Amino acid sequence: MKILLVDDSKTMRNIQKSVLAQLGYTTIEEACDGQDALSKVNAFQPDLMLVDWNMPNMDGLTFVKTYRQMNKLTPIIMVTTESEKARVIEAIKAGVNNYVIKPFTPDLLSQRINETLHRKAS
Amino acid sequence: MDPAFITPFIASIQNVFSTMMQLSVNIGDPRIKDTPGTTYDVSGIIGMSGDVVGSVVLSFPASTASRLVSLFTGTEMKSDNPDFPDAIGELANMVSGNAKGMFSGKRKVQISVPNVVIGPNHTVARPRDIPCIVIPCVTDCGDFVVEVCIQERPANAAAAPVAAAAKA
Repeated sequence: MKILLVDDSKTMRNIQKSVLAQLGYTTIEEACDGQDALSKVNAFQPDLMLVDWNMPNMDGLTFVKTYRQMNKLTPIIMVTTESEKARVIEAIKAGVNNYVIKPFTPDLLSQRINETLHRKAS
Repeated sequence: MDPAFITPFIASIQNVFSTMMQLSVNIGDPRIKDTPGTTYDVSGIIGMSGDVVGSVVLSFPASTASRLVSLFTGTEMKSDNPDFPDAIGELANMVSGNAKGMFSGKRKVQISVPNVVIGPNHTVARPRDIPCIVIPCVTDCGDFVVEVCIQERPANAAAAPVAAAAKA
C-alpha cells in the first residue's frame, strides 16, 4: 500500500506517518504542496492520498481537481482546518472521498483511512 | 471588534490543545492589547482575508513553546531546531482555522499560510484601526496568549477596487 502525504507542514506529515505506521503502512511519499504532489504522483502511483487544503504554490483543492482529470479512482482524504459545510461540499464535488478536520485524534484518522480503503475495496 | 469572534477562539484553543496534545488550557479574562509588540518571544502568525480581515498571533515564551512543541511532535525540540517553526505554525493554523469554522457562517473568510517569528522584543505590525484582544492561556507547559486582531471587512473596502478600476 503506497500513500502520498500532501501537506506544507512537516509536523503534520510526521503525525500522519506515525498513524499510518501504527496501521502497518510504511511506503510513504511526501509532498509539500499541490505542485510538488503533481510532480511526484505519476512516478509514485499512490494507492491513497492524504491532502491538506491551504498550501502555498498550489492548494489542495486545485491539486485534487487537476489530479482527478487524470485519475478518478485513487482515493483521496482531505485533512484540513476547513470545516464549513460549503467547503466540505466543494471538496467532495472536486473528487475527495473522505474528509478529516484538524485537529484530529490518531483514532479518528485511522478510522477514516480504514473506511476509505474499505469502500474502495468494495 | 465583535465579541462574537472571541468565543470561537477560546473554544478552538481548548479543542486544538486537548485533541493534539491531551493538554487542558485554562482561559483567563480577555483584555484589550494596549502595547505594541507581541507579548512573548515566539509568534505564530495567521492572516485573515475576505469578509473578515486582520491577523491572529499565538505568542509564547520560548520555554513554553519548546515544551508545547515537544509534546505536539513527540520529540524533544528547542527553538533552534529547524522543524520548530513549522510546529508553531501548524498550531497557529489549527487554532485560527478551527475558530474560523465556528464564526464564519455565511461569510467568506480565507486564512493565510502561517508565518513564525522567533526572538525577543519583536513587533507584529497590525492595522491601527482594528482593536486587538489578548486571550491569556494557562497550561501545565506554561502560559501563552492568543492575540486576535480581526473585524468584519469595512463596507467601503468592497467599493474601493471598483472605484480604482473605474479611474483606470
